[in-house]
Amino acid sequence: MTYTAWIIVTASLVGMSCGLIGVFLVLRKTAMMADAISHTVLLGIVLAFLVTKEVSGPAMLVGGIFAGLLTAFLVQWLHSLDVQHDASMGIIFTTLFAIGVILISTSIGNAHLDIQHALMGEITFIPFDKVSLPLVGEVPRATLLLFIVFLIVLFFITAFYKEWKITSFDSALAVSIGIPAIAMHYLFMSLVSITTVASFDAVGAIMVVAMLITPASSAYLWTDRLVVMLILSSIFGILSAISGYYIAYWIDTSISGSMAFSTGLIFMFSFIFSPKHGIISKYVQPIKNL
Amino acid sequence: MWSLLFNTNTGWVIMSTTILGIASGAIGCLAYWKRQNLMSDALSHAALPGVVITFLIVQEKNLLLLIIGAGISAFLGAMLIQWISNASRISEDAAMGMVLAIFYGLGIMLLTVANRSAGGNQSGLDSFIFGQAAAMVKSDVRIMSILAIVVIFIIVIGFKEWKLYLFDRHFANGLGLPIGFMNGLYTLVLVMTIVIGIQAVGVILMAAMLIIPAVSSRYWTKSFRNMLIISSSFGAISGAVGTFISSKGSGWPTGPFIVVIAAGIFILSLTLGKEKGLLIKFLNKQQQKKQQTLRTEIREVK
Repeated sequence: MTYTAWIIVTASLVGMSCGLIGVFLVLRKTAMMADAISHTVLLGIVLAFLVTKEVSGPAMLVGGIFAGLLTAFLVQWLHSLDVQHDASMGIIFTTLFAIGVILISTSIGNAHLDIQHALMGEITFIPFDKVSLPLVGEVPRATLLLFIVFLIVLFFITAFYKEWKITSFDSALAVSIGIPAIAMHYLFMSLVSITTVASFDAVGAIMVVAMLITPASSAYLWTDRLVVMLILSSIFGILSAISGYYIAYWIDTSISGSMAFSTGLIFMFSFIFSPKHGIISKYVQPIKNL
Repeated sequence: MWSLLFNTNTGWVIMSTTILGIASGAIGCLAYWKRQNLMSDALSHAALPGVVITFLIVQEKNLLLLIIGAGISAFLGAMLIQWISNASRISEDAAMGMVLAIFYGLGIMLLTVANRSAGGNQSGLDSFIFGQAAAMVKSDVRIMSILAIVVIFIIVIGFKEWKLYLFDRHFANGLGLPIGFMNGLYTLVLVMTIVIGIQAVGVILMAAMLIIPAVSSRYWTKSFRNMLIISSSFGAISGAVGTFISSKGSGWPTGPFIVVIAAGIFILSLTLGKEKGLLIKFLNKQQQKKQQTLRTEIREVK
C-alpha cells in the first residue's frame, strides 16, 4: 500500500473506534470526560516510560488505561464529596496533566516524549515504522495497534449492546434490573482510555477529542436509533479522516489538525441541514404544520 | 530578597502571575456558581486560531494585538457553544468539547502554516500557547497586569449585581438589572482573564487557574464575598509560589508548577477546611455517634 493509503487507513481506524465510543459519551452527557482522559493519558504514558524506559508497546497501553481509570475514579470520588461534576473533572485532569508535564521536563529530558508531539501527533511518520505480519505483509506498527483496539471496542460494544443501551438511556432502570452500572461505567472508561492511548501517538490528543465527540454529535442530529447512530458516527469519522487528509495535502499543513477541523465541517453541515434537528428544518417545519 | 523581586525579570513575572491569580480566582467563583467550570477550558483552546491569525496578519509578536485576536476567537467560541446547545439537542458539554477540539485543530493547522511561512519571527508563538512565563518581558507584564486589574475592578464594582445575577436570576430581572448585558459582560471578563492567562500558564492549564482556587475556597466559607477573597488569595499564592519554583530550574514550565501548588491548596482545603472539610465531617460524625450512645445509655439507666 502507498504512503497516503496507510495514513488514511490509520486515521479511519481512529475515526471508527472513536466514533463508536463517542456515541455513548454523547448519550451519557459525559463528552468532556473525553477531553479529561485524553490529557491525563499523558501522565500514564510518562509513568510507563519511567518504569520501562520505552515509549511504544503494551507498557504504554497499560499506563494509559491506568491513568484513564484513575481519572474516572478520582472524578467520581470528588463528585461524591459534593464537588460539582464538571469542577471535579477540571481539577483532576489539569492536576494530573500538570504532574505529567513536570515529570517530562524534570526527569525525562530529551527523550522521544514531548508535550507538543503528544498534543498534535505525528501521523506523518506512521508509515515508516513497520512490522511484518504473516499473511498480510508489512504493516505500520501504529496501524496494527489501532486495528486491535478497534476490534476490542467493536467486541465490547456488540457483546454488551443491550446493557450499554439501557445504562445510557435509563440508568435507574438498568440498576433495578440488576445490570452492574458501576462496573459498566468503569469498563466504558477503560474503553475510552484504550482508544485514546492507541490514537494518542498517531494523531495526538486534540484529534482524539474531536473524533470522539464531533462525529457522534453529528450522528445524533440525524437519527433517533442507536444502531443507526453508531453506524453513522463511524462513517462520519472515516469521512473526516479522508477529507481532513486532502485538506492538509491541499494547503500543506498539519494532518491531525485538518482532520479535527473537518469533523467540524461535517458537524456544521449536519447542524444546518439535518432533516429533524437542523437549523433550516426549524424554520421550515412550522409552515408545514399550518 | 526585595531587590531580587523588583530588579530582575523573575520579579516582574512573579508579580504578573500573582495578579493573574487574583483575577482568575475571582472570576473562577463566578464561573463556579454559573456551573460553567469547563467553559474556561473550551475557551482557552478556542483562543488559539485567533492568536495565530493575528500573528499571520501583523507578522510580529505584539502581545496586545495577540490578546485581542485571542479574545475575539474565544468569544466566537463561546457564542457558538451557546448557539449549538440552545438550538439543537446537543448538550452543552458536547458543544464545549466540539468547539474546543475543532478550534484547536484549526489553530494547529494555521500554526503549521505560520511556522512555514514566517521565517524566524514566530519563535515565541509556541511559548505563548504552552505557557512560558519566563519568556515574558516587562511590557508584556504591564499589559497583563492592566487587563487583570480591569477584570478585578469590574467584579468588585458590580459585586452586589453579580451576586443577584448568580443566585437569584428572577429577582435580579424583577429589579430591572440588564441580564443580557451582564451575560455579555461575564463572558467578556471570562474571556479576558483566559487570554491574558494563556501567556503565563498555557492553553491547557488555564482552566485549572479558574476552577481549583474557587472550589478550594468553598471549604472555608459560606459567604460569597469571603469566597471571592479567599479564592483570589489562593490564586495569588499558587501563582507566586509556582512561578518562583519554576524559575529555579532551567526550562521548567511555569503553568504546571502553578497548577500543582493550587492542587496542593485544594487537597489541604478538602481535608482541613472549616466548612464540609473531610476532617470536620469525620469529627462531627464521631461526636454524633458518641451522643447517640450516651443517649441510649441514659435511656437504659432510666
